Amino acid sequence: MGEGRKVSEFFGQVVAWLTDPANWSGSRGVPGLLRAHVGLTVAALAAACVLSLPLAVYLGHRHRGGLLAISVVNIGRALPSFGVIGVMFPITLAFALIRSPLGYWATLVAMVVLAMPPMFVNAYTGVSAADPALVEAARGMGMTESQTLRRVELPLALPLVMAGIRTAAVAVVATVTLGAWVGYNTLGTYIFVGFAQQDDVMVFVGGLAVAILAVLTEVGLGGVERMTAWGPARRRRSVD
Amino acid sequence: MTLAQERPTIDFGWIADNLDEIAEATLDHLTLTAIAVTAGLVLSVALSLVALRWRGTYAPITWFTGVLYTIPSIALFTFLVPIFGLRSILTAEIALVSYTLLILIRNIVAGIRGVPAGVVEASRGLGMTTRRIFTDVQVPLALPAIVAGVRVAAVTTIGLVTLTVLVGQGGYGVFILRGIRRQFLTEALVGTLGSVILAVVVDTALVRLQRVVSPWARAGR
Amino acid sequence: MIRLHEVGKMFPGAAAPAVDRLSLDIEEGELVTLVGPSGCGKTTTLKMINRLIEPSTGVIEVGGRDVTSLEPHVLRRGIGYVIQQVGLFPHRTVRENIGTVPGLIGWDEPRISQRVDELAELVGLDQELLDRYPTELSGGQQQRVGVARALGADPPVLLMDEPFGAVDPIVRARLQGEFLDLQRRLDKTVVFVTHDIDEAVMLGDRTAILNVGGILEQYDTPERILAAPANEFVASFLGSERGLRRLGLRPVSSVTPVQGPVIDISADVSTAHDVMQRHGVEWVGLTDGGRLLGWVPMSEIGDDLATARPRPFLVTLTPTDSLRRALDAVVTGHAQMAVVVDEGVYQGMIDVAKIAAEITG
Ligand SMILES: Nc1ncnc2c1ncn2[C@@H]1O[C@H](COP(=O)(O)OP(=O)(O)OP(=O)(O)O)[C@@H](O)[C@H]1O
Ligand SMILES: [Mg+2]
Repeated sequence: MGEGRKVSEFFGQVVAWLTDPANWSGSRGVPGLLRAHVGLTVAALAAACVLSLPLAVYLGHRHRGGLLAISVVNIGRALPSFGVIGVMFPITLAFALIRSPLGYWATLVAMVVLAMPPMFVNAYTGVSAADPALVEAARGMGMTESQTLRRVELPLALPLVMAGIRTAAVAVVATVTLGAWVGYNTLGTYIFVGFAQQDDVMVFVGGLAVAILAVLTEVGLGGVERMTAWGPARRRRSVD
Repeated sequence: MTLAQERPTIDFGWIADNLDEIAEATLDHLTLTAIAVTAGLVLSVALSLVALRWRGTYAPITWFTGVLYTIPSIALFTFLVPIFGLRSILTAEIALVSYTLLILIRNIVAGIRGVPAGVVEASRGLGMTTRRIFTDVQVPLALPAIVAGVRVAAVTTIGLVTLTVLVGQGGYGVFILRGIRRQFLTEALVGTLGSVILAVVVDTALVRLQRVVSPWARAGR
Repeated sequence: MIRLHEVGKMFPGAAAPAVDRLSLDIEEGELVTLVGPSGCGKTTTLKMINRLIEPSTGVIEVGGRDVTSLEPHVLRRGIGYVIQQVGLFPHRTVRENIGTVPGLIGWDEPRISQRVDELAELVGLDQELLDRYPTELSGGQQQRVGVARALGADPPVLLMDEPFGAVDPIVRARLQGEFLDLQRRLDKTVVFVTHDIDEAVMLGDRTAILNVGGILEQYDTPERILAAPANEFVASFLGSERGLRRLGLRPVSSVTPVQGPVIDISADVSTAHDVMQRHGVEWVGLTDGGRLLGWVPMSEIGDDLATARPRPFLVTLTPTDSLRRALDAVVTGHAQMAVVVDEGVYQGMIDVAKIAAEITG
């Protein structure tokens, strides 16, 4: 059928693109864009960790700010990253952060904003949900506040904290793509340029790369998360 | 792309001049969201029924919808564009719907399975048929969990709709994309805040709905 | 009314049957308690009667009909079912909960409403509770609603699985008492599962004692089971307080009381002193033409008994009280004796020797 021929032809072009050495070198080559893509992701995640985890753990330990936690995640979910990038773009330009690549700061800020809510909420929930009887038992054994936190609450909360980081990482690695629209070259650049030049093949390659990266992040960090599990959930890991 | 270097300010005049277009974008945004959430709900209910009827299918269903959930919407756009074309509403909606499935199915199944075993056993003991137990007991009791899932799906979708501007749809995304192109803060801000406000309004409406459909859930607290 | 014939249940993948060739006959209007250690198959047996569990072997008849001859849901509408978790519908008001089965079998609104009021009255639920949701009730009230709901369409048979297991001992005792009253009025055929031997002997007309694997060890009246356990298992299950439990089942009227240091008010003062001396006590009880007036200490007896001021006995027994209560009254009361009074008329006194004779005899 005609359709069938078109599909095979399309994939032929994709393979041709992928095997073209020109696409594997230089600042617009896959390795370069991948490095920029992952670099900004890691930077945003690190900043979000620093900004959200200590506060979340402290509030969770004191059982304060439950309402704040809920509001943060709700607003966070409603805030479109594309919009945040769009708003930050003119602002960062005005502050003339010239030395960094174009669009870097706008994208970074948007990604930190994207990453913080899931990290904050999971860490907060994990620490504050530690069984009160356990915490009391720890205090009863003579543990200090910080020992209780470090030896009881944090280990119990760790899987949830990791789940928050994973959720954030998958979201960020997917959304960094949008940096291309404000001039920060990521794997999204293929999609941006491809759309502009009506080049289906380039668009597809960009999407494929981003999708693979997101799935790898999910699976990889999911593995790390399971290593932090405790109790029967930990045993399950060694089975499969 | 020319770089504007003057101080970004909010241009209220622009907002006043473009109220018509803002209203139109609001309607677009709502329509795209409503279609996605409705279609997502229909599909999720169907898949949940399968998962509840044949327990073994739950794992593969959540695995598959989990993959759909993990694949970034923008990547899904790129896979769908060669099939449906760049400016097709189907491209946008399929990506949006595929993102809601995991959220909705998890909530529906957890809601139904969360009905206390004693209640189901008592229903059966009183002589209710399986279908009756499902419609009169399990579904009403799962409704708060289901609506909670719809809230998350709706709010998430409202945010994602801004991205559909990349495939020729967009709602408020139109303002954001134009704001970026022209480095015009006001327009980007209108698009962003519009989306947030819409999310808050829809979420509040769904909370109301939840109270209406489950008046008993507030009792005894 | 209910007949189990060689009924067995083998759960898939289980090594041994949960219930093995159990035969049990339950008369109409009889309250049979099923008791036994945890996991012995009580719940399984009960659920096979209303087909929440299908037996692997054997036949079950209810009202002379094989239960498999009806659609399960139709069968169940004619059999009341009460469980420990109560299982009230949290999304329906108490009124709607109680009206469930009448609604299922198609009664019209006014009739359902009337029936609900009737049932609420029957189980002792205030009208004002009817429009609440179940979560707004206490545990005891919820359990009453559970019973009322089971009685919805006036089923002749009631199955109850540890219905009072989830409430505290005080509420449980009250619910047990109320339930016995209810049963006296309704005369249902009841199968009542419990793992509490006291509850089993207190409520049951007959008690079936099951062993692990659903093996029937003894099936008889609580009296006879306590008097003569069929085997080691039953004896050890009844425990070391078997004698006391038996006393709990016997009324005071089953022993003949002694006269005790009690005389009529018209008697001489010297008679009073004689009686006190003979019984070795320093008080005397007074009656007036059979009616018990009270007791007078020796120091207050003057020249004429008629001028004495009798004090009431703090603890008195009636003929329907249990001997267990009588024993309690004896060991806590005056001079190892307790007074038996029937509607004001003095019957005599009970002492430890009388009660002990009852246990051993
Ligand atoms: N659905 C089931 N599948 C497999 N085995 C079961 C099932 N239900 C009960 N059993 C097994 O059958 C046996 C009898 O269970 P049953 O619930 O009848 O005990 P029970 O006498 O009611 O105990 P309890 O006093 O603890 O309620 C147990 O060994 C139990 O593990
Ligand atoms: Mg049981």
